[in-house]
Amino acid sequence: MHDIIVIGGGPAGITAAIYAIRKRMDLLVISKDIGGQTAWSGSIENYTGYQFVTGPELTSKFEEHMRRYNVPLKEGETVAAVKKIDEKIIVTTDKGEYETKALIIASGKKSRELNVPGEKEFKNKGLTYCATCDGPLFAGKDVAIIGGGNSALDAALQLLKIARHIYMINITSRLTGDPVMMEKVERAEAVSVMNNTHVLAVSGDKVVSGIRIKREGKEEDLPVEGIFVEIGLIPNSDFVSDVSRNSLGEIKVDSYNRTNIPGIFAAGDVTDVPEKQIIIAAGEGSKAALTAFRYLSERR
Amino acid sequence: MAKNVKVYSTPTCPYCIRVKQFLKENAVNFKDIDVSSDQDAAQEMIKRSGQMGVPVVDIDGELIVGFDKEKIKKTLGI
Repeated sequence: MHDIIVIGGGPAGITAAIYAIRKRMDLLVISKDIGGQTAWSGSIENYTGYQFVTGPELTSKFEEHMRRYNVPLKEGETVAAVKKIDEKIIVTTDKGEYETKALIIASGKKSRELNVPGEKEFKNKGLTYCATCDGPLFAGKDVAIIGGGNSALDAALQLLKIARHIYMINITSRLTGDPVMMEKVERAEAVSVMNNTHVLAVSGDKVVSGIRIKREGKEEDLPVEGIFVEIGLIPNSDFVSDVSRNSLGEIKVDSYNRTNIPGIFAAGDVTDVPEKQIIIAAGEGSKAALTAFRYLSERR
Repeated sequence: MAKNVKVYSTPTCPYCIRVKQFLKENAVNFKDIDVSSDQDAAQEMIKRSGQMGVPVVDIDGELIVGFDKEKIKKTLGI
């Protein structure tokens, strides 16, 4: 049985892992990927110490730091269930079962889907949730970005250098987000912002060829070859059943990162912590690891 | 005999970075094809894999979409 298992390999999980291993705890990290949402970010300009860094660069810095301590890592495993029986916490993944005395859930968030006809069919066939990854495949093409918040703005700024024309399809009456990014997007000639606009369907033959939208009560088809869905995120918290969550599905934690179940802690974007930022997630990860360390020390 | 391995990727995609790291760690030689700077290669990848997501790993003509570690290992026989 491990002292501690960390679920997640984003800023919260990696920081928790570094703190845990430095406290000489018997640790295991289980994660679907490394970097989480950070890995998918374009440019990051608000992580202290880096005036400018890309998501993949910051991720490799995080990973390098973690690997320095030879943290035992199960990468590419998806957690299916977590349950606590007496003093033992059992983590079941798609590949195995692990036992631990303490657990930190830092599983982050994932992209919200549109839930319109054609979305599943054309996923990776012109429709993507990652502008950072797949953006370059749309060089010189007309594309649509769905969303009006920071992630949509970030996608627009990345695609500005690549695509021919960008339609920003926003369900609300105006864009909301970082004013610096908003200004850049609104000033760009290659971007048409379409507010109060709903997406009805994605169409195409083998690959995407258009999107059906509705605005001012009228339906129309926009011919686009790429669709980038950036409509926010939902927490990866489905695998916990006994841990309390709020109405958004975020795991409720106190200021010590404790959940309602003793021995189970949570950190970062999967929790109800106010503000979802890389630097906050990292800080929360360290706090969770220190609380877990204290919890285990008291039990020895 | 060493297999002929190609990776269609973009410099910014996290799973592309992971897949290349994985191949390097396992001492697998591969040809990295940057589809963001080579439009012909991008079209070739889309046509051959029937999809537009990166990475795509080509092992002796067999295509694996995404960073599917297990499938890559099996196909490479490592």
